Amino acid sequence: MSPFMMLLLVAVLAILGYLTARNRALSMVGGDSRKLASLPGFYGQNAAFAALIPAFAVFLVGGLLTRLSTQFEGLGAWSTLITSFPGLVPLLAVLAAAVCVTLAFTRSNPSYRARVASEKWIMGLLIAAASIAILTTVAIVASMLFESVNFFRQYRAADFLFGTTWAPDFRGNSSLGLLPLLWGTLYISVVALLFAVPVGLFAAIYLSEYAGPKLRAVAKPMIEVLAGIPTIVYGLFALVTVGPLVRDWLAQPLGLGTSGSSVFTAGLVMGVMLIPFVSSLSDDIISAVPQAMRDGSLALGATRSETIRQVVIPAALPGIVGAVLLAASRAIGETMIVVLGAGAAAARLNEGLVEMINPFEAMTTVTVKIVSQLTGDTDFAAPETLVAFALGLTLFTITLCLNVLALYIVRKYREQYE
Amino acid sequence: MTTPKGSLLVQDARTRKRNAAEARFKTYGKLAIGVGLLALVILISSILGNGTSAFRQTEIAMNVTLPEAKLDKSGTRDMEVMKKVTTLTYGPILAQGLADTLAAEGIVVEGLTAKDIDAMISREASAQLRDRVLADPSLVGATVAITVLASGRIDGYYKGRVSMESAVLDSNVTPAQLRLADALKDKGLLVTKFNWDFLTAPDASDQRPEAAGLGVAILGSAYMMLVVLVLALPIGVASSIYLEEFAPKNRWTDLIEVNISNLAAVPSIVFGILGLAIFINFAGLRASAPIVGGLVLTLMTLPTIIISTRAALKSVPPSIRDAALGVGASKMQAVFHHVLPLAAPGILTGTIIGLAQALGETAPLLLIGMVAFVREYPAPYTAADGLFGEPSTALPVQVYNWTQRADPAFFERASGAIIVLLIFLLIMNAVAIILRRRFERRW
Repeated sequence: MSPFMMLLLVAVLAILGYLTARNRALSMVGGDSRKLASLPGFYGQNAAFAALIPAFAVFLVGGLLTRLSTQFEGLGAWSTLITSFPGLVPLLAVLAAAVCVTLAFTRSNPSYRARVASEKWIMGLLIAAASIAILTTVAIVASMLFESVNFFRQYRAADFLFGTTWAPDFRGNSSLGLLPLLWGTLYISVVALLFAVPVGLFAAIYLSEYAGPKLRAVAKPMIEVLAGIPTIVYGLFALVTVGPLVRDWLAQPLGLGTSGSSVFTAGLVMGVMLIPFVSSLSDDIISAVPQAMRDGSLALGATRSETIRQVVIPAALPGIVGAVLLAASRAIGETMIVVLGAGAAAARLNEGLVEMINPFEAMTTVTVKIVSQLTGDTDFAAPETLVAFALGLTLFTITLCLNVLALYIVRKYREQYE
Repeated sequence: MTTPKGSLLVQDARTRKRNAAEARFKTYGKLAIGVGLLALVILISSILGNGTSAFRQTEIAMNVTLPEAKLDKSGTRDMEVMKKVTTLTYGPILAQGLADTLAAEGIVVEGLTAKDIDAMISREASAQLRDRVLADPSLVGATVAITVLASGRIDGYYKGRVSMESAVLDSNVTPAQLRLADALKDKGLLVTKFNWDFLTAPDASDQRPEAAGLGVAILGSAYMMLVVLVLALPIGVASSIYLEEFAPKNRWTDLIEVNISNLAAVPSIVFGILGLAIFINFAGLRASAPIVGGLVLTLMTLPTIIISTRAALKSVPPSIRDAALGVGASKMQAVFHHVLPLAAPGILTGTIIGLAQALGETAPLLLIGMVAFVREYPAPYTAADGLFGEPSTALPVQVYNWTQRADPAFFERASGAIIVLLIFLLIMNAVAIILRRRFERRW
């Protein structure tokens, strides 16, 4: 049986179920719906759900089993069953629908609480929808763990974690050290934060403490527009505008590099992207500091800037730290800006300090390498491809830790004034 | 008696210092806002400056004689015979047409070979002429007036990308060709028009940037947005209703909450890895298909939609629920009949903003292969690939794709594509803001 046929049959069953269950309940009381426990529509609704939901569930589980059986030996029995009856899963789904509809139909009598029953079906759907968030996380971790394990079977974990050269070679014998990529990622993120944190923080302070309502109404949305611009736009901006400018006006006059893509370019553009992130989070946190604390400080004769520096900022500090951590997690996970702005050459950790910390050198990051190892022709048995999953797992772990830490700090701080 | 160090009228040194610090601090704040706004202005103007020229395209008008001997050997306008004639045959016909037109107009430029003249016409033009002849076989044997795309370098000359000086160094264009282009322009045979093809044509290969368009990318993005809307909106609303209205406080719901707030902050490229591993390698869906992109973007957009939907549900006052429950509605009826309609504007706003985010997302789509070169418009449904299963690209990925090409003309196209993307985002956000202003209720 084809899936399309199944869809059709289940739909017919649902409609039939709706009509027959509703009419059965009504006819049992002689058409007087006041004698029913629920409105007649609920009897129908219950039967229709009884057709649709089990069929859909069986189809999903069956499909999943079929897919799993192609990858795991343990499910060989199911695999042989499926190959001998190709239409088994849709057939089972229709059978499930038919059984559940019949059950719902036979239950449809005047004292049956059809509203409660049909709402249970809806509740099941709601819970299933809410569980998708968990399923997504599980799928993310599982997919990366599974392939990472494959990678570490072919490549020593210690060499990956502590290797200082990155030189993939699809003919084999590549060095896949994490450290150069991690260094590039952290370096670019630090440059971005050095730009974004002061600008974002001062913008937030000015907007929440000094600016009048008019300036606030204009400047705040304007800065937040920066957050709504897709990162590919920033990437192109780095590639076409900022990169050549930095090269011609900074790197070449200083004799530090001739590359259009560099740590400084990527960091600067990423910093611009992070400004609204830092400023709007800090703004919320600064606004949450009680006015009484400011009044107390001003009443003692402090100027407004002294009040901000010595009262407001210390009170808001945990929240601001949380905001900065969230921004750092954003910077580490950012892809398009570094793909287009930072270059593809891994940092050279073995060639002296100057090579390592020159901000006008092209330097690649974890995210760039995930993209370059997984696009184009990929061979999912080669360590050069599989390393991308290990890199992804590293990235996921780092950002997850930063996010959890940031959320913890922000939440803990929020409770202080409530 | 000690004399006071200062008064209200005469500031002492320390007060001056403190006031100066105050003024400095305030200036830093103004500077920071200035830097933010300046960055926005530079970003937008750089994109506009580089990209607006992509919406204009230089074309050459000419009279072409279509010889029957070459195009239709059978002489019976038999489609099968005519289809065997490739674009290789049409190329010289076009070159001859341009040469004839130059002779008829009396345009003579020194130092031009026949090959140079031919090179001024886009490589795409022969395919366009072939399509036109196949669509209307009666043209064969006649002399028709047509306009064809000029080559990328000639086009660049009128957009400031190519100059007489750069042409000397460029192996793809000579100053003589540019002089001929100017002569054609004087006669009105070379015109620069609004470039509709940029919005409708598919991508073109490396050698013909002048023919590259966004048609496939816009269609692919539209398919993906449809998938996201159809999946993310119901799932997001359903899970928000459960978490906000029904969920008991227990471990399981806590776990869901933590998961949602974490998923909102997971780097987007991780979703790309998920899509590659689960939807393509495990589930066996086709790479670069809009359905895969749509599924990945759905998972990415869900947290945004859930967070805004929950805020919208929370803003509906409890008295509404109490009133519904009071007249005998079940909890489910109270939510679906009363709370949800009242929260609808907020939910829609959040959904549109989530969709706008998804539209601009690039990184995960690179991993699921949407960066491939696609010239065929994807059909919404085919028996072999299912719903939205044909390979396609997407707007932001097309931008990335063009930045990886060698010809600088593609940078113009990339910036033009970004303008299109930003216009879509602007429209979506404007709709969201209007919805909020128009329908939002304060209780």
